[in-house]
Amino acid sequence: MTWLSIIIAGIITYFMRMTMVALVDRDLLGEKVKAVLAYVPSAVFPAIIFPGIFINDYGTFIEMNDPKIFGAIVAIVVGYFTRNVIATIISGLFSYWIIIFLL
Amino acid sequence: MFTKKQLLKKGLLSVAPHMFSVIPFGIVCGAIGIELGFSPVLVYAMSIIIFGGASQIVFLQLLSGGASALIAVTSVGVINSRHLLYGAVLSEYLEKLSFIKKLLISYLVVDQGFAESNKFFQKNKNEPYLHYHLLGSGGTLWICWQLATLSGIILGSFVPEELGLKFAVPLTFIAIVVQDLKKLDHVIVMITCGLSSLLFFDAPFKSYIIISPIIALFVAALVLRLKK
Repeated sequence: MTWLSIIIAGIITYFMRMTMVALVDRDLLGEKVKAVLAYVPSAVFPAIIFPGIFINDYGTFIEMNDPKIFGAIVAIVVGYFTRNVIATIISGLFSYWIIIFLL
Repeated sequence: MFTKKQLLKKGLLSVAPHMFSVIPFGIVCGAIGIELGFSPVLVYAMSIIIFGGASQIVFLQLLSGGASALIAVTSVGVINSRHLLYGAVLSEYLEKLSFIKKLLISYLVVDQGFAESNKFFQKNKNEPYLHYHLLGSGGTLWICWQLATLSGIILGSFVPEELGLKFAVPLTFIAIVVQDLKKLDHVIVMITCGLSSLLFFDAPFKSYIIISPIIALFVAALVLRLKK
């Protein structure tokens, strides 16, 4: 049963990936839609970022002094000025670890 | 003009920095599966069959928590529905490919690969072999995801939970969107999405992950209208 569920979940996921690329004719989308689609990264990724910072493993809001908020702020500042992905990730992780392990 | 090989390499290099997040997250993902009591083969097979980090964890957590298979499968579908948006964006650059190639390359479309290849596509619209960039980025992420989840399965409970490695996930996406903070319209769209995701976090089937982008895209449409 679990195996069957995984296979069905895999097929559904694949269709999500494939449908717009292979099955839908792009000309069906008007110019306005195309202009809006330019915002997809900005419209999707915060839905991963915000809960990843502000909501803990138990599905509740974190305290405002949570080390994740500090780590995220450091990552945003470092990322903004260095334009470097590795620096962004590492600076965020390390500042988070410094607070939980050293303070 | 770039050759196919150059594009492949550029795609690979564009996602390489994200390994600092993808690999820890993959390890955590594999370790959680084992910790929840699932068989190693099953946990690993998900990395090939579903190939979607967060959705794999949610699926196993739901099943081990006693949820029905229907709920688990629906949640995976909802979480991964954001790929419809990625596909809609990428289709412009992939439309010249044959149907078979479209079917094959679709399997490799994941968050970071989409984000990095899309950035490249926007700047290099007229390159003839653009899809090789996506092949490079998606292929790299695929291989690393397989190796990382396998490592997590083997390491299992040796992965220290207090490290909070899952925190690498929001960080990798911060790295992707942070330069767009320079543009007010993007900031408005990002904040709309982020706040919506917190507001709708408890909506069924983790649907906040698609509800908030839809709300944010409506706001983007409004912003575009106001800009004119």
